[in-house]
Parts: sequence; structure tokens; C-alpha cells
Amino acid sequence: MDPVLLFFLLGLVAGLLRSELRLPAAAYDMVSMLLLLSIGLKGGVELSHQPVALLAGQASAVIAMASLLPIVGFAALRGIGGLPRADAASIAAHYGSVSVGTYAVAVAYFASRQIPFESHMSFLLAIMEVPAIVIGILLARGLARAPGLATLAREVLLGKGIVLLAGGLVIGWASGPEALAPVTPLFFDLFKGFLALFLLEMGLVTSVQIGALRQHGAFLLVFSIGMPLFSSLVGTAVGIALGLSVGGTAMLATLAASASYIAVPAAMRVAVPEANPTLSLAASLGVTFPFNILVGIRLYHALAVKAVALAGVPRP
Amino acid sequence: MSSQTTRTLLTIVTEAALEVALGEDVERLGAHGYTVADVRGKGSRGYRGVGWEESRNIRMDIVCDRATAETIAEHVRSHYYDNYAMVLFMNEVEVLRPQKF
Repeated sequence: MDPVLLFFLLGLVAGLLRSELRLPAAAYDMVSMLLLLSIGLKGGVELSHQPVALLAGQASAVIAMASLLPIVGFAALRGIGGLPRADAASIAAHYGSVSVGTYAVAVAYFASRQIPFESHMSFLLAIMEVPAIVIGILLARGLARAPGLATLAREVLLGKGIVLLAGGLVIGWASGPEALAPVTPLFFDLFKGFLALFLLEMGLVTSVQIGALRQHGAFLLVFSIGMPLFSSLVGTAVGIALGLSVGGTAMLATLAASASYIAVPAAMRVAVPEANPTLSLAASLGVTFPFNILVGIRLYHALAVKAVALAGVPRP
Repeated sequence: MSSQTTRTLLTIVTEAALEVALGEDVERLGAHGYTVADVRGKGSRGYRGVGWEESRNIRMDIVCDRATAETIAEHVRSHYYDNYAMVLFMNEVEVLRPQKF
């Protein structure tokens, strides 16, 4: 097992045993900031090598996917789970958006197996964060009671995660690899170390969410594993349709399967306050995040290998 | 310089997610400023304020005249009480520079 996952398990076990271990809030902020920036920078450097038409096509496809997934999730949560409208909309938004933490673990997973994937994937990651937030707010409020465009834009586009990710992309794109060389040791060489610390804290946080999940019954548990599995199939299909490599298809499946726990909770807390934040965090952090990083990524990789072989087009 | 006057200290303990919205509300309703601190503690919604950003808590202190404090308290009660973890209390305090509040 990848050592970064062992850090996650350490945090999880320490949390479950009620250890006093805590990453100081400022240290957690710093680590998550570095991860977001390094993912953004890496993608930005690659952006300049890609034709704009290709990027626009891929961006439209993932926007469509990221808008569709929360609607499917909402229908399942309302129709099968019978959840109140606001809760269903908020949870659906979490599952339609993406988790940068899961992406970072997938980057480490593919890097350690020398599996190449399209390096501008973090551009798609940044784009996929947004649509589900808008769809979630609309599902909760309806078109008539939706907040004004300015409020919506502030919630969606000025969250810490998006600003850092998009900022990193722009800086990477504008600077190019040579100019970035002096900051490479901090942002790229230390990536796995920061990821390990981040996952240690995530393990601690997850241990708290597992407790909350116990009170919310079996349906949410089934949804938190069933939804990512379904989304990974959609992600794989979109990856094949876009002609991505095996690594790229697996990455897109992972992104589709991942559930947000930073950008969306913050936006939903303000835009849909009547939704219970415990429900969505228990599902996305307590179940889906550990499932994805411990089992899911391997599974989506295997799926992509099969699907690309079945599609029959020779790819890198 | 030593003119001492009574003002009201309104303290709101709530979720960090509300900081921006609350700050805007408070100024719009007539307070001249406020002080915010990160805090943690336990109440009806369990232990809040450790680690995870979504469970972070803040305490906002506002010193203003009694009428403004009551307006703010009423606004906060009607807008946020139902859906957010929140504790509200008032104190009479002596301020040393009344023109600031």
C-alpha cells in the first residue's frame, strides 16, 4: 500500500481511539493551500501545449457530466431515499462536484506505477468543481427562488479552493516550466510529503464523520458507495468518448466518482442553510473519500483498462 | 479624557461560515465595528470548533448602543437561529471612548 494511505489510516485509527492528535488549523490550511497550488501549477504548465479547440471540447463534455451527475443523485436521494428536498440537493451537489484530495491521491497512485495521464487533467478538475454547486442551489431553491447572479458567482467562484486552483493554473500557464524551476522544490518535490500530512488530518476528520454516519441509517451508506460507482461508469464513458489515454480515462472516472468536502460544503452552508451539513459530510467524508482512496482508484483504473481495450482504439 | 459611558456588548458565538454575512449585517444595522475570534466549545450541536473547516466556530463581539444591539439581535434571531449553531448574549459595558461606538 502507498505510504500516503498509511498516513490516512494512522489518522483514522488515532481518531477512532480518541487520541489527542490534531494538525493545527493553520498547518492544515497551509498544507491544503500547497496541494491546491501545486496541482494548479502542474496543470497550467501543460495547458500551453494543448490546442484551444481540444480544451474547449473537453471542458464542455465535463461541464455536461458534472451538471448531470447531481441531477441523477438528487433523483435517487429524493425518490429512493425519501430525503427532504434541501438535504437531497445539498448531498447531490457534493457528489456532482469533485474532491481535490482524492485527485491528489490518484496522482500519487499513477505516478508510483508510471502510468501516464493527460497532465492538463487538473484544468478539468477545476472546471468540474463548479457546475454541481449551481445545480445543487437550483435544485434546493427552484429557479424562482434562486439567489441573484452576483451572490451565486461569489459563492461559487471565490471559494478558497477554486481561487487557488485557478490561480495556480494561470500562473503555471503564464510562467512555463523554466520560469517555475525555482519553486519546483516546494510545490512539486515535496508534493507527497504534504499529501501525507493532509491525509493524516483527513483520517482524523473522517473518524469523527464515521460516528455521525451511524445515526443516519443504511440508505446513506449505500448511496455513498453506489453513487461513486455509478459516476465512475459515466466518467469512464466520457473519457473513452473524448479519446483520453488509459490513465486519463481512469483519472476522469476517479474525478466523477469523487465527492467534494471543501468547496461544496462551504457554499451550501451559506446558500442552502436548511440542509443538514452533517448528512452530506458524513457521506462524502465518512464513506466516499476513504472508499475512493483505498479501493476506488484501483477499481476505476482496472475499469479504464478494460473499457479502453473494449473500445478497440489504439491509445497511448 | 476619562469620560466613562455605558454601551452594550453583544456577543454572537456561531459557525465560521457566517462570518462574512454577519459582518455585513452588523455594519448595515448600525454598529461601527466588531471583533472576531476563532473559538471552540460544546453545546446542543455537540463539540464544535476543532480541526475541520466546516465545524469551525467564531465569536463576534460588537460594542454599540442598546437599540442597535437589539436590532442586530432581532435580525440574527429571525435569519439564522433555525439553521445555524448560534449563541447570543448581551452585557452592559463601560467604554472609555464613547465616540467610537
